[in-house]
Amino acid sequence: MSKRWVFDEDRCKGCGLCVQACPEEIILFSDRLNRSGYRMPEITAQDDCISCGFCARVCPDVAIEIYRPDGGRKTENSRDGGR
Amino acid sequence: MKAVYEKPKSLTDVVTHYCPGCTHGVAHRLVAEVIDDLKLEDRAVGIASVGCSVFAYDYFEVDFQQAAHGRAPAVATGIKRVHPDSVVFTYQGDGDLASIGAAEIVHAAMRGENITVVFINNAIYGMTGGQMAPTTLVGQKASTSPAGRDPDHSGSPIRVCEMLSTLPGVAYLARVSCHDARGIMSAKRSIGKAFQTQLDGEGFALVEILSNCPTNWGMSPVESLEWVKEHMVRYYPLGEFCTPGEGE
Repeated sequence: MSKRWVFDEDRCKGCGLCVQACPEEIILFSDRLNRSGYRMPEITAQDDCISCGFCARVCPDVAIEIYRPDGGRKTENSRDGGR
Repeated sequence: MKAVYEKPKSLTDVVTHYCPGCTHGVAHRLVAEVIDDLKLEDRAVGIASVGCSVFAYDYFEVDFQQAAHGRAPAVATGIKRVHPDSVVFTYQGDGDLASIGAAEIVHAAMRGENITVVFINNAIYGMTGGQMAPTTLVGQKASTSPAGRDPDHSGSPIRVCEMLSTLPGVAYLARVSCHDARGIMSAKRSIGKAFQTQLDGEGFALVEILSNCPTNWGMSPVESLEWVKEHMVRYYPLGEFCTPGEGE
């Protein structure tokens, strides 16, 4: 299965707003630094992602893209996510 | 896989110069999403201001003109009148719009120019190093008000939307906030309405976006958004102040 949470690490500035926005609390800071020296977030469990898009929406650097499998699991949060 | 969220086409691939956690990036993205949604890529003309958003022309995949400090509404007026088919928007911060450009914005609104203004209010001068702005809250510390803004000495902050709402030429006025995902979605709706107001030829439209400045406020990005929610939204109430048709 391809990924729900697609992350462009070179755009990330390590602000952590996605970590805070994730309702499932599965985005956490990793120990890795990107090319600019920012500490990057990582998703701990792709399968637990509900594709709500909150992290992408709060990301000031457009570093996150969100996908949902066709006919995949939908949640209450995901209703507004695609707007 | 179906895309729930992808980078808007009207944004370039350039990584912005904004500080980590600055919601200028969010506001840029929302404007780009609206340009995409309304299919205005070929018609949109942006006017960049002076301040942190001075490089906006590098970040949008549409025509752009840089204006002198505060004069974006005047430049927008010229472009819109010469090219009435274009969709003209300015992107201005509070130092640009509410301070040096206060006259331009008031008079563009008074004339009811058919332009869209995206106004970022982060209650401080960001680019020049965190000086007090006309929008700095009472008690808020800035490099030129180290003990906090004193209303007896510096007056009280300008509420731009309320001030402009008295002018008959104004068609759409809204204040939104970027402090959480819900606020961001609502901000996008308001920016969309502000562009639609211009497309419908209704007149002047302005969206004020409450924003943060983690660097000059001396906070983490997460703390700064909490501060927007706790303090800025209290002084700058959210909502629509004018909608097309009601002012006439």
